[in-house]
Amino acid sequence: MTSFATPRAASSGRSRLGDRLRRVAEAAVTPLELDDVLDVFSPLRRGAELRGKVVAVVPETAESATVVIKPGRDWAGHVPGQYVRIGVDVDGVRLWRTYSLTHGPRPDRCISLTVKAIPGGVVSGHLVHRLRVGEMVQLAQAEGEFTLPQPLPGKLLLVTAGSGITPVIGMLRNLFSRRVPAPTDIVLVHVNVTEDSAIFRDELRGFAADGLITLVERYDDRDGLLDVADLPTLVPDLDERLAYACGPAGLLDALEAHHAERGLALTTERFRPTVLGEVGEGGTVAFASGPTVEADGATPILDAAEQAGVLMPSGCRMGICMGCVLPLTEGAVRDLRNGAVTVAVPGETGPGGVPIQTCISAAAGACHLDH
Amino acid sequence: MTVITKQPVSPIAHLTPEDVEQIGIELDAIRQDVLDDRGERDARYIRRLVTVQRRLELGSRAVLLGSALPPLWVLGTVGLSVAKILENMEIGHNVMHGQWDWMRDPKIHSTTWEWDNASTADGWKHAHNEVHHTYTNIVGKDNDLGYGIMRVDEDQRWHPMYLAQPLWNFINACFFEYGIAAYDLELGRNLRVPKEKRSEKFRSDLRKTLGKIRKQATKDYVVNPALALPFGGFLPTLAANFTANLVRNVWSHSVIMCGHFPEGVETFERKSIPDDETRGQWYLRQMLGSANISGSKAMHLMTGNLSHQIEHHLFPDLPSNRYAEVAPRVQALFEKYELNYHSAPLPQQVYSAWHRVVRLSLPNGWLATTDRTNVVEQTKLLWAMSTKGARVRRAAQARLEQVARRKAAASAG
Repeated sequence: MTSFATPRAASSGRSRLGDRLRRVAEAAVTPLELDDVLDVFSPLRRGAELRGKVVAVVPETAESATVVIKPGRDWAGHVPGQYVRIGVDVDGVRLWRTYSLTHGPRPDRCISLTVKAIPGGVVSGHLVHRLRVGEMVQLAQAEGEFTLPQPLPGKLLLVTAGSGITPVIGMLRNLFSRRVPAPTDIVLVHVNVTEDSAIFRDELRGFAADGLITLVERYDDRDGLLDVADLPTLVPDLDERLAYACGPAGLLDALEAHHAERGLALTTERFRPTVLGEVGEGGTVAFASGPTVEADGATPILDAAEQAGVLMPSGCRMGICMGCVLPLTEGAVRDLRNGAVTVAVPGETGPGGVPIQTCISAAAGACHLDH
Repeated sequence: MTVITKQPVSPIAHLTPEDVEQIGIELDAIRQDVLDDRGERDARYIRRLVTVQRRLELGSRAVLLGSALPPLWVLGTVGLSVAKILENMEIGHNVMHGQWDWMRDPKIHSTTWEWDNASTADGWKHAHNEVHHTYTNIVGKDNDLGYGIMRVDEDQRWHPMYLAQPLWNFINACFFEYGIAAYDLELGRNLRVPKEKRSEKFRSDLRKTLGKIRKQATKDYVVNPALALPFGGFLPTLAANFTANLVRNVWSHSVIMCGHFPEGVETFERKSIPDDETRGQWYLRQMLGSANISGSKAMHLMTGNLSHQIEHHLFPDLPSNRYAEVAPRVQALFEKYELNYHSAPLPQQVYSAWHRVVRLSLPNGWLATTDRTNVVEQTKLLWAMSTKGARVRRAAQARLEQVARRKAAASAG
């Protein structure tokens, strides 16, 4: 007897069998989940929570390093210019930060990020100075809109300052690793405090020497702070170039104003939300699950709650991804970016409360969160 | 034990209110020192322990596939027993206390942990963390005092049904996980309520607990034995799982009995606890209401560091690996304030706790007034107290206490 099962039927039969086997395995290990057990042996397998294993930590300057990570099998890849959220255990505490991916897709499937240790930076200091090869880190899939358009325009202007170079180096490396280099005329204006602390300085100069980019180096200690009004002098054909910029808020704000005035398109990438200087009143945040947390008016509820040991949903930590949204059932919170106050009054604002982003909201008086 | 306020000489009579507050300040300082130092070393400890426990459990279950062979049965059963004890005591109990929440690891967090036990994590966290740890040893408020089925304090009125409590205690030890589940549900109190009047919360908790019990039983008594079926090991594996559960139950019951039941551990009167109990007063109650077990590192690990019950009750949310470290400082504090740091080896504490269960199964004063010469009369008296109604019981009780007092006075003189 010969069986003429179609491939489709066979595969669905296999997956039914797989489901059944999985159910048996789950029943054999309850109250653990099968994944908890498999994690002991194969934390990077397909189907596991996304993690990565540190395979190299390469110093770039005295205060910066490139971390090469082998991501789990479910890593979906990325487009140069995107960033990744990474969760690192610093002194036993899991802290999440966002870093740009500094390589394009690599043949070894590893990803890399370049970190500059900022003064007092708990995570960046750990990543640059104390991270060990073999350590596991938690990952999220790559995100971000700061990517080059396809097809590429004929002329590009890239403006970066400090660690703002990190998404751009990923783009450049990707462009120049292609067998056929992209026929794009690229000008990179790269600003740094000093020449010594400039990450990727030699690599960028190499690109320039090979004629791949036109590099304009600006160092604050040598040239003074960059004034965007000087930009047309530095880049004469400014108006013909599609512009991308990444750096501190001050520079980006000035650039946006400058380009808007000239009616030019500009894509920017910010690492931190622009927060208001003023500080609100703060208050007690009560969670439906029990804990109460004292939060001041300048600290995001997310940070205050995490410091108190509450397990919070989180995402980009800069008010973009909505991964941290929780319903405010009572009380008031202030948006740290613009000072806007959101109020929830039981009975008036609906039974589900008002969804708020905890990563950019500070308590503005006592409030209750349904979590 | 008699509640502390009814004892002739209170063990805390020598402390001024200022002393009590000072004790609170000094204990807070010890706590803060640990919080300041808590970090990578602690995280490494718990992660390693979780990994070791999982490997041990899986390894033991793998060995049990061949449990038709007696040596493998023994090896697998011992391994599984140890794995279950580690999971419940040093990992589950402590994770659910929130001792590791500071790591912000969702895999090792009080809000996500579910343990290898019949009771649900939620039920346990309420009954244990909220009720027992807050109202420790307050007669009438802390249901851990006898779990609502036993008389473990002189101030609980004696009733003939308590004569059987040594037997109940033994049965409870063997099936402790179900005892805990029933206790977390406050099953006794709730079953007395007519069915239609039971709260929605009770009904939903009951459903969850029954679901948990079903899953636990399916794992231990159906799926794992069935996996051993091709190797002829269904019944041996089933027996191994039953034995491992039994060992875990008896062990955890013994350890927990040692925490609050040994003779000399103080209990408290409900009305003697002020509504605005200060931090110092709360600490003092924890200090007097707990007992430690002395022993080796392995013993501390297997008890989930509940061998440091005193430290655990003072600082229930500090990582358990730190209790042994703070114990000398805590003990020095006890000595400084002339308080009894109750610590003894396991066999001694288990004996003492059982002695209390047996003694209190009998009317107050009965054991103290009984010797070889009057055992027949005393037995008759006990029979009368058990069978002839409340009035006889009250009269006989008064008489017993009078004789006991006289006897105590004579031996003191």
